[in-house]
Amino acid sequence: MAATPWESELTRALKEEFGDRILEFSSYVGQNFLVAKPEAAIPILESLKENHGFDYLVDITAVHWPERPEPFDIVYIIYSFSRNERIRMKIRIREGEKPRSAVPVHLTANWLEREVYDMFGIEFEGHPDLRRILLPEEWETFPLRKENSILKMDQHWVQENLGIESGQ
Amino acid sequence: MADTFLDSTELVLNMGPQHPSTHGVLRVILKLDGERVLSTECVIGYLHRGVEKIAENRTWQMFAPYVDRMDYVAAVSNGLGYCLAVEKLLGVEAPPRAQAVRVILTELNRIASHLLWLGTHALDIGAITPLFYCMRERELILNIFEKYCGARLTTHAFRIGGLQYETYEGFEKECLEFCDIFDKKVDEYEELLTGNRIWQQRLKGVGILTAEDCKEYGVTGPMLRAAGVKWDLRKAQPYSGYEKYDFEIPTGQNGDTYDRYLVRMQEMRQSARIVRQAVADIPAGPVMGKVGKVIKPPVGEAYVSIEAPKGELGYYVVSDGSTQPYRVRIRPPSFVNLQALDKMCRGALVADVVAIIGTTDIVLGEVDR
Repeated sequence: MAATPWESELTRALKEEFGDRILEFSSYVGQNFLVAKPEAAIPILESLKENHGFDYLVDITAVHWPERPEPFDIVYIIYSFSRNERIRMKIRIREGEKPRSAVPVHLTANWLEREVYDMFGIEFEGHPDLRRILLPEEWETFPLRKENSILKMDQHWVQENLGIESGQ
Repeated sequence: MADTFLDSTELVLNMGPQHPSTHGVLRVILKLDGERVLSTECVIGYLHRGVEKIAENRTWQMFAPYVDRMDYVAAVSNGLGYCLAVEKLLGVEAPPRAQAVRVILTELNRIASHLLWLGTHALDIGAITPLFYCMRERELILNIFEKYCGARLTTHAFRIGGLQYETYEGFEKECLEFCDIFDKKVDEYEELLTGNRIWQQRLKGVGILTAEDCKEYGVTGPMLRAAGVKWDLRKAQPYSGYEKYDFEIPTGQNGDTYDRYLVRMQEMRQSARIVRQAVADIPAGPVMGKVGKVIKPPVGEAYVSIEAPKGELGYYVVSDGSTQPYRVRIRPPSFVNLQALDKMCRGALVADVVAIIGTTDIVLGEVDR
């Protein structure tokens, strides 16, 4: 199975509006997604919400691909109640690049972006309250990055705060 | 001195993490002006176990039992979502018999989850009796689970591609017997609570979340439906054969705590209705699809979500073609719904916070993962 091109009224409208800032429209196992340039992400979310009825931001998450020049995928899952349609938007970012926060468009992005920061260390520009959410604030590593193995977590924090030699 | 003496000042109150009505280890920092809540802040993560990291270090099958430990009162739903996601990547579908059994167990689990919510929610408000009634009926469901797969809570009832076990002798009969008993029992709960003046005064107009707010905050499940949005993934994007069953989507109008209570009560009745239909027509045939012993989904990614008792539970799975997931992202309904707590609590009384946390129906195992 391979991804096939995705074409519909929506893709034509988006293509017209954003041109080459959207790199790819594809479909895989019946699920449609688009790949955009990082700076276009928030305008696309806005346009989808205002003009196309995609009013529910389901999830924001990231995937780490250490071998790639742009090692992080940020994935936005968006749903429209009126169209009963779900799509995904992906952007690829470099290490240290700060994508814009989606909080001004969808309030739900607040905690979701905090979790992405917590797990991957990706900072969102303009986020109102960017701190760790699940891990303790003093935690040193970003656990879902691939270079952090499951056995090597923050031993320092564990020793200091829990008084044990190792977290394992 | 005398002027400022009677002034009310902002008071910060710590609620939790060890508090009977936070339903787990949730810490809420309340900013108060007298009895009024000015703002709240949730501190979560006490139960964080790194489930998503664990996934990357297990094979696809080995990770399945871990998902039961997120929303541990609705483990069957969690398992269903995960199995459907991996099946989507593999391009297989569970056989019809397995799908019917999945629906039965998932709906029973929805009832069990709602019963636990009702019992503890009522207990928080001060009604002690419903807890014992709810636990009594929940026990019947857990007995069915135990007979089916040996476990009561963290069931691991489903496998990727279908089911591990055939149904046991008398499974259908016991499910139907439960439905017969249960319908009358829901009437009993409603008699205790629905028209009760104290219950109404504690719940009506408390913690209002409009349909617009729900969409802004990504709130789904009974909370969204109580705000009047007729949306249920079982109807909107049916999975596992839900399109075959006849059931209603109960909705409310005001989006307050009382409407959420009414919606969940109706949902339990509807779930029993689905169980009846599914039990009456379990197709014959195998319970396991064509899935090899080694699961290696082709390179790619998929997002699959189901209507869990608490809202939209989604799995975003990425495969690199190996036997282990490259990434599993779990979109937990409790985590997202909890974010709206601040919105609901502002301007409410301290005692209402307890009612609002109860009505959000969170499970911290799922919030923290």
